[in-house]
Amino acid sequence: MILDSKIPEGALAEKWEKHKFNVKLVNPANKRKYDVIVVGTGLAGASAAASLAELGYNVQAFCYQDSPRRAHSIAAQGGINAAKNYQNDGDSVFRLFYDTIKGGDYRAREANVYRLAQVSVDIIDQCVAQGVPFAREYGGLLANRSFGGAQVSRTFYARGQTGQQLLLGAYSALNRQIAYGKVKMYPRTEMLDLVMVDGKARGIITRNMVTGAIEKHSAHAVILATGGYGNVFFLSTNAMGCNATAAWRAHKKGAFFANPCFTQIHPTCIPVSGDYQSKLTLMSESLRNDGRVWVPKTKEMAERLRRNEIRVSDIKEEDRDYFLERKYPAFGNLVPRDVASRNAKLACDEGRGVGTTGLAVFLDFADAIKRDTQAKVAAKYGNLFDMYAKITGENPYETPMRIYPAVHYTMGGLWVDYNLQTTIPGLYATGECNFSDHGANRLGASALMQGLADGYFVIPYTIGDYLAQMPAARVETSHPAFEEAENNVRGMINRLLSINGTKTVDEYHKELGLLMWDYCGMARNAEGLKYAKGKIRELREDFWKNVKVMGVNEEFNQTLEKAGRVADFLELGELMVDDALNRNESCGGHFREEYQTPENEALRDDANYAYVAAWEYTGPNAPSNLHKEDLKFENVKLTQRSYK
Amino acid sequence: MSWFAKTFSSTIGRKIVMSITGLFLCSFLVIHLIGNFQLFKDDGGAAFNVYSHFMGHNPVIRVLEFVLLAGFVFHIWDAVALTRRNKAARSVGYAMNRPQDNSNWSSRNMGLLGTVILVFLIIHLYNFFLPTKTGGLDKVMVDGMMIDNLYIRVAESFKIWWYVALYVISMIALAYHLVHGFQSAFQTLGLNHKKYTPAIKTLGYVFSVLVCLGFASMPLYFFLFK
Amino acid sequence: MAGNNPNLKPMNLTLKVWRQKNNKAAGALETYKAENISPEMSFLEMLDVVNENLAHKGVDPIAFDHDCREGICGMCSLYINGRAHGPEQGTTTCQLHMRKFNDGDTIVIEPWRANAFPIHKDLSVDRSAFDRIQQAGGYVSVNTGGVPDANAIPIPKSIADKAFDAATCIGCGACVAACKNASAMLFVSAKVSQFAMLPQGKVEAKTRAENMVAQMDIEGFGACSNIGACAAECPVGISLENIAILNREYLGAKLTSQNV
Repeated sequence: MILDSKIPEGALAEKWEKHKFNVKLVNPANKRKYDVIVVGTGLAGASAAASLAELGYNVQAFCYQDSPRRAHSIAAQGGINAAKNYQNDGDSVFRLFYDTIKGGDYRAREANVYRLAQVSVDIIDQCVAQGVPFAREYGGLLANRSFGGAQVSRTFYARGQTGQQLLLGAYSALNRQIAYGKVKMYPRTEMLDLVMVDGKARGIITRNMVTGAIEKHSAHAVILATGGYGNVFFLSTNAMGCNATAAWRAHKKGAFFANPCFTQIHPTCIPVSGDYQSKLTLMSESLRNDGRVWVPKTKEMAERLRRNEIRVSDIKEEDRDYFLERKYPAFGNLVPRDVASRNAKLACDEGRGVGTTGLAVFLDFADAIKRDTQAKVAAKYGNLFDMYAKITGENPYETPMRIYPAVHYTMGGLWVDYNLQTTIPGLYATGECNFSDHGANRLGASALMQGLADGYFVIPYTIGDYLAQMPAARVETSHPAFEEAENNVRGMINRLLSINGTKTVDEYHKELGLLMWDYCGMARNAEGLKYAKGKIRELREDFWKNVKVMGVNEEFNQTLEKAGRVADFLELGELMVDDALNRNESCGGHFREEYQTPENEALRDDANYAYVAAWEYTGPNAPSNLHKEDLKFENVKLTQRSYK
Repeated sequence: MSWFAKTFSSTIGRKIVMSITGLFLCSFLVIHLIGNFQLFKDDGGAAFNVYSHFMGHNPVIRVLEFVLLAGFVFHIWDAVALTRRNKAARSVGYAMNRPQDNSNWSSRNMGLLGTVILVFLIIHLYNFFLPTKTGGLDKVMVDGMMIDNLYIRVAESFKIWWYVALYVISMIALAYHLVHGFQSAFQTLGLNHKKYTPAIKTLGYVFSVLVCLGFASMPLYFFLFK
Repeated sequence: MAGNNPNLKPMNLTLKVWRQKNNKAAGALETYKAENISPEMSFLEMLDVVNENLAHKGVDPIAFDHDCREGICGMCSLYINGRAHGPEQGTTTCQLHMRKFNDGDTIVIEPWRANAFPIHKDLSVDRSAFDRIQQAGGYVSVNTGGVPDANAIPIPKSIADKAFDAATCIGCGACVAACKNASAMLFVSAKVSQFAMLPQGKVEAKTRAENMVAQMDIEGFGACSNIGACAAECPVGISLENIAILNREYLGAKLTSQNV
């Protein structure tokens, strides 16, 4: 199969306008004859569901949370980028496009990224009209701040809760359509399989998480907006329930999975404090504006610190290694996320980490407090310092914060064409769920932008093109394809419930997470990846023999829910390893130790790897087929990133 | 249901009725207290009896009596309706609950305090108000007119220890009821502003304490000094 | 265990947890031991540990709601030792840490109690009533596209900030749980007043206030007695002033709107 990205002809800046004119439209009176399923109600899902319902389609929306308002988009802190150029500082659609392509280390599609930058301005208008309370200046106009990877101030924000406010905006639009009866909402409902009829996506099988009822839903098209797969690593900044099940089961039905090894590790998270740890908490990137990152110069001193033989204050200035400032004098503590993360790991690997686990570095505000007074530092970062104090029980004004990188976002996902359609006709993927516009590394404040761009302004056009070309006749859920999919789902659930082994689901998940983190995390190498692949296979085999899932399907059964998700992670993890092993270069979040410059920087191989790796599922335990979509760069010049 | 009935049978509507009637009853307390200060006049009760005769016979006051009655009725009626609703909103309670950590006792016990006040009110009316209507009081000549000698009834009643105790306890209950009720009424009517709310709260405290001290001082005065 | 504090010793606790198979079954408090609990665990991580132990013993793990575990999604609940979200002010259960407890403590854990929040299982309740209230009017009626430029209507910073403060409600339901009357007024008022303050929301402010309050009453929540427990227990500090705003919006709407 040759991947057709369906990028429209013409100049970059005109592609989307032209495409919008060329797509087929569904007549307003006919829209009510078409049903669309939207799975996931985060920014991408809620915005899509609301917008499609407004157009007149009948929408069924699904989320695993108890309310669409709780999707994990809500946790995004920093902001949302848009090329408004309100600050008159030289921003433009092209500059946002360029920054995003470059930030992604040249592994994203030019046409998609340009469209993203184009519609970014409409998103802000839309959200303000919905009553989203963005930060404002005293004159009453919108405020902006700057973010990593950009030289302009284009980030719109609502204090440290931008994701929450944007999601509540989309949730309100969704609610309005639910009230009108145009959206039927199914909370606490998990998609467990995709139903295909005549090679097209025509419905889904779900499980009601309260009653356990397995239900069939038919539609003309299915949109997956189910987020990323960061929880493969067990510990991440994702919510506990975030999972890859919907995307993975669609993959097993024929949707290609693209660039699974592209995961973003965020440098400033609160470190792991023990093996009971369930989740990692992000501290905003903005802290690196004033905090200085350091570890003790020697391993011996770090060891004594870890054993509490000496205190932080006992370490003299000349015995501290401000490694980012030392190695990157030009950018200092403000190097991009991937560089900062990797260097923290390096320091800890050398045995110079701090905290009792030795897996942390200091983020020290002592200089900033001396320079600007504690009050000024508190005014800027007060809420973050409070959050840190709440979680760690330490006062960051007195002792330096301890931070460590953590899995935060996945750039990989279901492969989609320019219309956001996967390789299965009628199946679309939006937001973090698709392999996205961020290439190998996402810039800060771009995830919210992409989720809303896809949902509000892209999918309403592109899905119409598909629906206009298909008959309005519905497929009944009594169709054999639905029966078959339902039986598969029931079969898997029964299998899980019948094993009754000795190891809990969480124990498997933790083991997988550790493997992924150690061998397919911040730095990878061929040897480790091969080892991990073998280990994951063993773990998966053992899981299906020895996992302990109690209770029955026909009840509120959180262990059963988790078991299904972990079963999928155990397969997806292997594909991530395969992809990382295949990509013999370093780029963005994917750092292969064999491919680095003499200064330990990522070494890209544009001649051989300027492509999207899209993987096709071929069967249980069978190697996936690799399909390549070559990336053509006609508007930007590929350069090596340097932050020295 | 008409929009009017809908409004005032909603939870907020009922609360608005509670607050308007509550504030109205507060104004009644002030009038009642000022009038009753006649009891302290050392004239053998003449001024008090003239005052009570005026209150009992002035046509405007007689009409206002019905307004006052309506105020009580609506206040109590909605209190009962809301309390029933509130109880029904949580049929299974907590095995362990620590409301003292997040709220004041008086705010949580307005129903209890209100019931104490209601019982007091019934006794109070039975003892002082009813006899003026049924002619159960001695007569006294003031300024050439024979009028009810309510003063004697008051003076005698306030010599009974348990009656005084009932009054004092009821006034304490009233004070607690008002401490929450006064400022709460403003909140319910939508008047919450960082400039004025602190003043309203202070005023509410002062009002509750002064009014109730004023009422309680009368039985105590008669019991101790007369 | 990690922090820099070696004085934190593992704790042994006794839990009394509400167990209820489903909405129809009867429930009861069951006693469990939570042993070797690090003071650095979050409260939910402590429950994770207890659940893992229960699973190994073949006992059905305790069902409880949680998701983001960073205090923003509003999914976690739990009435802990008589307080919504536990003893620490301004904190969701997921951000509550075990260092707030002492070795040997007995901790009583109950679900949110309100008839409008029926129990799904154990500590998990159904808060869909909140969604239905939002559906009754918690939105600005604009379709996607065709809206004015974001800077077309200036909004004073003080107003925008106040609207934001109201908009930070996470919809967890602690206000209802803590209220003696199981009233949802704080929740409803947060949304009504957010929109009432902003020019975009003013357009349909009257209908919104009327409809959201009507739905709130239909759902069976109690009335507001201005007790203030809701605001005191609110993990994100939604102010009682919002309830006053709701009251006046509602009264104003009822007296002047065209809806009969």
